[in-house]
Amino acid sequence: MRKIHCNLKWFLFLTLFSFTPPLLAAPPYPLAAVIDQVQTKLVKLYGAGGVRGLEPYQSGILISSEGHILTAFSSVLDTDDLSAVLWDGRKFTAALLGADPRLEVALLKIDGKDLPCFDPSRAATAAPGTPILALSNLFNVAAGDEPASVQHGIVSAVADLQARRGVFETPFRGPVYVLDVATNNPGAAGGALVDCRGELLAMLGKELRNAQNNTWLNYALPMAELRPSIEAIRSGKIVVRREDDPRKKPQRPLCLEALGLTLVPDVVERTPPYVDAVRPGSPAAQAGLRPDDLVILLGDRLITSCRTLRADLEYIDSADPIRLTVLRGQDLIDVELRADEAR
Amino acid sequence: MTSTPRDRGPGVKSRVYRTPAIAITERWNLYHEYSGHPLVKYMQFRYILILLFASAMTLPASAAPDAAVLEIEARRVATIDRIKPAVLAIFDASGRGGGSGVVISPDGFALSNFHVAAPCGPAMKCGMADGKVYDAVVVGLDPTGDVALLKLFGRDDFPAATLGDSDALQLGDEVFALGNPFLLATDLQPTVTCGIVSGLRRYQYPAGTFLEYTDCIQTDASINPGNSGGPLFDADGRLVGINGRASFEKRGRVNVGAAYAISINQIKNFLGQLRSGRIVDHASLGATAAGAEGGAVAVTDILETSDAFRRGLRYDDEIVRLAGREITTANGLKNVLGILPAGWRVPLSYRRDGRRFDVLVRLPRLHGKEELLKAARAKPPETPMPLPPPDRKPKDRKTPPDQSKPPIPVPKKASALKPPAPMPPVVKQHYEEKRGFANYYFNRSEQQRLWRAWNGSCNLAGQNGVWTLAGLLGDGVTYQLELADDQITLKLPSQTYQWIPRDNLAEGLTPRDGLLAAIYLWRRLAVEGFSRFGGVYYLGTAPLPGHEGLVDVLVGSYKGVEGHFYFDPQGGQLLALEMFPEENDDPYEIRFSEYRDVDGRKLPGRLEALRGDVPLSTLTVSEYRFGKPRQEDAGKGGGK
Repeated sequence: MRKIHCNLKWFLFLTLFSFTPPLLAAPPYPLAAVIDQVQTKLVKLYGAGGVRGLEPYQSGILISSEGHILTAFSSVLDTDDLSAVLWDGRKFTAALLGADPRLEVALLKIDGKDLPCFDPSRAATAAPGTPILALSNLFNVAAGDEPASVQHGIVSAVADLQARRGVFETPFRGPVYVLDVATNNPGAAGGALVDCRGELLAMLGKELRNAQNNTWLNYALPMAELRPSIEAIRSGKIVVRREDDPRKKPQRPLCLEALGLTLVPDVVERTPPYVDAVRPGSPAAQAGLRPDDLVILLGDRLITSCRTLRADLEYIDSADPIRLTVLRGQDLIDVELRADEAR
Repeated sequence: MTSTPRDRGPGVKSRVYRTPAIAITERWNLYHEYSGHPLVKYMQFRYILILLFASAMTLPASAAPDAAVLEIEARRVATIDRIKPAVLAIFDASGRGGGSGVVISPDGFALSNFHVAAPCGPAMKCGMADGKVYDAVVVGLDPTGDVALLKLFGRDDFPAATLGDSDALQLGDEVFALGNPFLLATDLQPTVTCGIVSGLRRYQYPAGTFLEYTDCIQTDASINPGNSGGPLFDADGRLVGINGRASFEKRGRVNVGAAYAISINQIKNFLGQLRSGRIVDHASLGATAAGAEGGAVAVTDILETSDAFRRGLRYDDEIVRLAGREITTANGLKNVLGILPAGWRVPLSYRRDGRRFDVLVRLPRLHGKEELLKAARAKPPETPMPLPPPDRKPKDRKTPPDQSKPPIPVPKKASALKPPAPMPPVVKQHYEEKRGFANYYFNRSEQQRLWRAWNGSCNLAGQNGVWTLAGLLGDGVTYQLELADDQITLKLPSQTYQWIPRDNLAEGLTPRDGLLAAIYLWRRLAVEGFSRFGGVYYLGTAPLPGHEGLVDVLVGSYKGVEGHFYFDPQGGQLLALEMFPEENDDPYEIRFSEYRDVDGRKLPGRLEALRGDVPLSTLTVSEYRFGKPRQEDAGKGGGK
């Protein structure tokens, strides 16, 4: 019954909106219809966390009818027990397909069919002054089939995060939509920024604090920036190691020792792959790797733990060069290195 | 640079626009296709406003503003002008600390938060937009729902807000929050912030142990410390909520785009109870329930002493509806329960093995009496709530401790160094301390109101002679009922039955005794009046099955039983009486109806008795006779 009602409203809105002079669009107050329609494309994500300051939940956006979910690449995804709750309360197990650490964006997949979704290839763009709605499950105030929170505001600026290099703790340097409303709260990352027709403009980013004055940035990553990463992940260019890896293992696989790298002790299932030590004179040292670097990518493979790094190295011949992407502070650094032939 | 939004009109085109506005008009062209959208209009207008105020450059512009934008602006300005006078800046008796509030009746009743009013004590000062400060007294408190009812003095024509319907709100609706954030209103003019409805029917876990926000309105209008207790208005200026809570976290105690208002529909349920001067409690079900497979909400535990249990609800039954609302989630059940006062009797539908049961269930109180009083005395926290231990890992429920208990915006309390200000005389006249009450003065005056209305219609005060009622029973048998102080005699064609009140009326009751004992209470209350009946207090308003709207309820204890007396709020007639022999047992109920005029007295022509789901008897009264009153008592009684 409710659904019919919503559809009717939406239809009415579209009809009035498209074919009548603008003023006539006001009476049925279409904002509610726009919001209703966007709600169906949002998901509530639940994963790792729960300790103070690390919320175990965030938001996501459905970008394919078969269940691809766009979200922020964060510690929430750092679990095998990731679930996605749709607008109607249906709960799915979600798998991480891949992520691009440079934009802190990730793609998940649930086993869905005929789901309402945004089309990322035809996302709209915004300029300063564009009125926006931000939908997300900020503070996790909504559960089950309860609608996500809606905020309104405008795009205050389109600016490079790089412009304030070092101030914000993020590896992303590109342009973002800066918003005049407090959107980027715990749980809001991965939420949708839409225009007043409900067209997807951008994805809400993770919380960003200005380290110098303790203020927080409200921003969203434009779809145009995210699109190459989404395509790369969907086409399998950036992937997470899977249990049923079809590749063949070489006879003499590469190992960390041969590179001169020691990782931090692997104490939990998903120990972040931080470099603990670099042997002087080793290939790793020559490539400039340092203790406390966090390994994020091996080639195009997403590295989520010490274990996945070791496992992925087993598929690389010790004679082949590798490319590692590490996070040092807030900078992403690519290095090429090859195991020592002498060994 | 005299331009303000109101200067812009048809005649002042060339002075209006500044350079940046030209850029804006280009952007307007960009969004031309959306330009009819109210949000666009509002946003564009807002953007222009910012630029107008911020820019120092002046250059004539080429285009006039969209008439529709100006119209929306003018309407909003007019609405705010209209609603602003009812908004309060609340301070404690010494004129410091405080929060916000809103007047809801011309005689000065006003709403605020419990957590604003409670630290002030019984007396407070309320500043209004007319620049004056009025004395006010606390009337009723709802520590669980975070609501306080106040009464202002000094006028009988206070500007009052119109109550709206919060159930009619939709996500995206424009709302205004008015109040005194950061206690900025040194000139007593309220601050206005504007936002949209971000969420509806939100459930916010109890902050600390008490203040539970159920079924509340979430908004992105900026709500900050000091806004607490202030009104949330819809676009037409109707009061839809009382702002009281916000999600604060690492950004400090300022708005982060998520604030919560108690829905006005919840407050409407409690208003009658708050006017009783009591510290009111919320309802529970006497059962817990959780989401089960397939979206059902199933009973996980139930108290055998609860009315729900007596009405047949059992473990694993699926709760379908409560109080007229569909239940689809466990939070949904909490939302419905949370907006109902303790003791209300509401429809419950549940399903077992595919069969649906529709019953009426009395809702027990959520807290123990002592627990509630303690909470009402306790000072609400001044700082953000301490975070609970971090080891509680939420699953798919919204339990994360950090944000599920957003701290309440509490303004700084008045300095402890300053001695409490003496109570102003007008407050003193309207304040009476009594255990269990926020202000017993108002309970007493409500009792007086009820008594005047009831006795005015039936005029039975002091009629302590023998009452004789005669007529037919439901099965057509004639009866005669003689009611006296020391006995009741029921004469039937076949037998005569006598009932003599014992020291404890609850002892050894048969159903017939129970019915006669209840009738005895009716006579006693009418003859002796509220003051001499026994322990009596006005409970507030509650629904009565078979009766539209809410009715007045008086509670009286006498000889070990508790009677609940339901009065018609319009005519003052007694509509029903419930006699509880024990707290956790079905009461004996009598419904009074078919009122008619008997020698200038309005008296019921029909008495229907029932207990639980079982009808006991129906008496039609064709004749009333009142024996000569004993002189020494005649004419007494009445309200206290």
